[in-house]
Amino acid sequence: MISSSAARVGDRFRRHSGLVVLALALGLLGTMYAAFAPVSQADEQKTTASAEDVREGQQLFEGGCITCHGRNAQGVQDRGPSLIGVGAASVEFQVGTGRMPMARNEAQAVRKPALYDDKQTRQLAAYVESIGGGPQLPSGELRSTDKDVIAEGGRLFRLNCSSCHAFGMGGGALSSGKFAPSLQPSTDRDLYAAMLTGPQNMPVFGDNQLTRDEKKAIISYVQAQKGDQDPGGAGIGRTGPVPEGLVVFLVGIVGLLIATLWIAGKS
Amino acid sequence: MKRPTIDPGKSAAWTDDRLAVASPVRRLMNKVFPDHWSFLLGEIALYSFVVLLLSGVFLTLFFDPSMQEVVYQGPYTPLYGIPMSRAFESSLEISFEVRGGLIMRQIHHWAALLFMASILVHMFRVFFTGAFRRPRELNWLIGMTLLILGILEGFAGYSLPDDALSGTGLRIMHAIVLSIPVIGTWTAFALFGGEFPGTDIVPRLYIVHVLLVPGLLLALIGAHMGLLVKQKHTQFPGPGRTEDNVVGHRMVPGFAAKAGGFFMIVFAMIAFLGGVFQINPIWLFGPYEAAVVSAGSQPDWYVGFLDGSTRLMPPWEITAFGHTVPALFWPTVVLPGILFTVAMLYPWLEQRYTGDRAHHNLLQRPRDVPDRTALGAMAVGFYVVLFISGGNDIIAEKFDISLNAMTWIGRVGLLVVPPLAYYVAHRLCLGLQQNDRETLVHGVETGIIRRLPNGAFVEVHQPLGPVDDHGHGELGYAGWAVPKKMNRLGALGSSVKGFFVPIEQPTEAPVSPAPSRELTGARGDD
Ligand code: HEC
Ligand code: HEC
Ligand code: HEM
Repeated sequence: MISSSAARVGDRFRRHSGLVVLALALGLLGTMYAAFAPVSQADEQKTTASAEDVREGQQLFEGGCITCHGRNAQGVQDRGPSLIGVGAASVEFQVGTGRMPMARNEAQAVRKPALYDDKQTRQLAAYVESIGGGPQLPSGELRSTDKDVIAEGGRLFRLNCSSCHAFGMGGGALSSGKFAPSLQPSTDRDLYAAMLTGPQNMPVFGDNQLTRDEKKAIISYVQAQKGDQDPGGAGIGRTGPVPEGLVVFLVGIVGLLIATLWIAGKS
Repeated sequence: MKRPTIDPGKSAAWTDDRLAVASPVRRLMNKVFPDHWSFLLGEIALYSFVVLLLSGVFLTLFFDPSMQEVVYQGPYTPLYGIPMSRAFESSLEISFEVRGGLIMRQIHHWAALLFMASILVHMFRVFFTGAFRRPRELNWLIGMTLLILGILEGFAGYSLPDDALSGTGLRIMHAIVLSIPVIGTWTAFALFGGEFPGTDIVPRLYIVHVLLVPGLLLALIGAHMGLLVKQKHTQFPGPGRTEDNVVGHRMVPGFAAKAGGFFMIVFAMIAFLGGVFQINPIWLFGPYEAAVVSAGSQPDWYVGFLDGSTRLMPPWEITAFGHTVPALFWPTVVLPGILFTVAMLYPWLEQRYTGDRAHHNLLQRPRDVPDRTALGAMAVGFYVVLFISGGNDIIAEKFDISLNAMTWIGRVGLLVVPPLAYYVAHRLCLGLQQNDRETLVHGVETGIIRRLPNGAFVEVHQPLGPVDDHGHGELGYAGWAVPKKMNRLGALGSSVKGFFVPIEQPTEAPVSPAPSRELTGARGDD
């Protein structure tokens, strides 16, 4: 099973190898640019955001966000924080995953179907970006299918992310009703943005903690693992011993109890 | 051509001449085993152990308990090029390269979980029916030892693959040993051969896991079964059953056929679990690194109650005589120490409390001993709260409850649930007894409604025995199961030949002779 899935990955790799080379080249270029650029967050996307986008974004903001985030995104006491300086990445993550606009004041904004389409999200991002700058997502391919990259990403994931999101990426409980969500629905850009901006109770993994390449490696691992068919059978949540204990009692013991009743009944 | 002939009679005589086995074998073959579904629970443990031995030997052929650092270059690409111990690498090899290795690993692990689960249910059966009473205290003690050794064996096995989860478990074990006052530091140093984790612990646990504990388990299981055969099986009271006989099936063919069939069923269940449900996916956990602690890191279920007690324990640290006793000490060393000691001594504690030191071969129905049943329910309640708290983070996450709330629910539950369980169980026992007595007095409800001349409607009851002038039954309460339905009395046609319900034919069943009871030694006042 493993070798065949490895072969499949290999196939895909060959089919897309041109793209990958291009992506790697772009990534390299981006990294070099970032290394030499005086401002750490200067990035490619800025060029695509036009004044038109910013204006549209402002209108959308005033329609859907101003009640909580206030005029000029300065924040409203007890409703929502200031968005000045949070950057386009944060907006794209929060709006793209449907967390914003927040439905009600709950312990934690959760993923839900996005209210705005991609274009509107970009416009909102452009607006927030225009008033205070902040981190932005790199453009281009964020994922690699190279097995060394994936393995390195796995190591980094286990080291940095598993403490909250768990080995199986199913998420886990944090204190006081907060939780780290499952990474199952996350896209490449969601992953990158989450690491870059550290939403709510997640720490920020800035470029000095995890370099861009390391972030991309983590993304590659997470996305590759999603395609992994559990080689041992039903994954039962990939959560480890708790569901296993449940299964041994509910399936094993209950099944065998029925067998004992059956046998003792056949006297 | 002349065929070689073997005369079975002759060869049997040959064997008996030399080994004189005929009479012991006959005695064994004629041993009578009573029939009740709950008597099969211990057999689940026995058969899972057989499966553990077989699958464990298979794993031993390929597992390498070495802590030597290697770089993985096997077929599981998400770990390609990652440094790891040879032990972890060989576990991955078993999973992905050895033919049938993964299912063997899974069968081994599921069998371990089932082994422990069946020991626990078996223990409950023995407890609630009073099967531990004299002369069987020793077997209760052996059983408890088996349970503890099983926990130890499982923990050692869980630690062998040296994945991140088992490393986390070992680290906690290390902390527990360290928490023991005075000797903790030294003991931890000796066990781990230096600082944690070191390179000694996995090879040591390997010897513990494949040789030491299995040897002990095997010997104790042998003693357990030996005592069972010697003392004979207990039975529930009922028609024709006395303290001095056993009603049931002979070892051969009846019991042996059933036992053989049941072994196949248990084996099939374990194979089914191993083939269908993934267990311990070490490739997701990755090799052990000190910095890796995943969310949802849990021990296997049989250690879970200790994890639970640790989670519920408030962080109280005590300093006395220059030693600091960490909070961890109480829930992981003191608590199980007390629990297991009380459980082991229970037969004697009960003897002291009730003054009943008699010889007992008839079981008691749980309802007939409300105090014991209620105590047992209390213990089970206590255990279940700890057990659930061991997985409280997973429950918090899946059911959207705050983790802090779960901890407090556990703390309160630990104080409230056991007395509640005691009360409910006690009432339930008395209620059930009352119900039985009522049936003995008034007979079985027939469902037939009769209209009296004065216009009143009454339900006709079928008395179970002779009645007095008032139409009340004269049968005393004897602790037997009381039939509650007409078709159990043979009226209305017999019930559908039961899937679940044993159909008792006491007159036809062989009865083993009384004398050999004397062999068991001391006699009570029976
Ligand atoms: C019901 C109130 C509410 C509404 C409406 C709302 N937000 Fe928020 N928003 C919050 C709160 C509270 C937080 C802080 C908690 C959090 O991060 O989820 C927040 C956080 C954010 C953040 C993350 C800030 C950071 O520090 O990274 C972004 C970006 C954001 N909101 C954008 C928006 C946008 C864009 C909209 C409109 C589409 C919007 N929000 C609508 C309440 C709201
Ligand atoms: C301290 C715990 C913690 C750590 C460590 C952590 N996260 Fe998170 N993560 C969270 C929490 C809490 C959220 C939920 C935030 C929210 O809903 O706004 C989250 C959300 C996310 C999301 C969004 C999920 C979605 O709905 O799409 C992604 C993606 C993510 N994390 C990836 C990562 C990665 C990758 C790492 C490792 C580099 C990581 N996290 C490390 C706690 C953590
Ligand atoms: C009561 C008996 C036993 C219990 C409860 C038990 C339990 C376990 C457990 C929980 C594991 C971890 C399995 C995994 O990798 O997922 C394990 C591994 C192992 N067991 Fe046992 N076991 C028992 C008996 C035995 C015996 C008798 C042997 C061999 C003679 C054995 C050999 C092994 C080996 C070699 C491993 C490591 C396999 C690996 O890491 O892939 N076990 N055991």
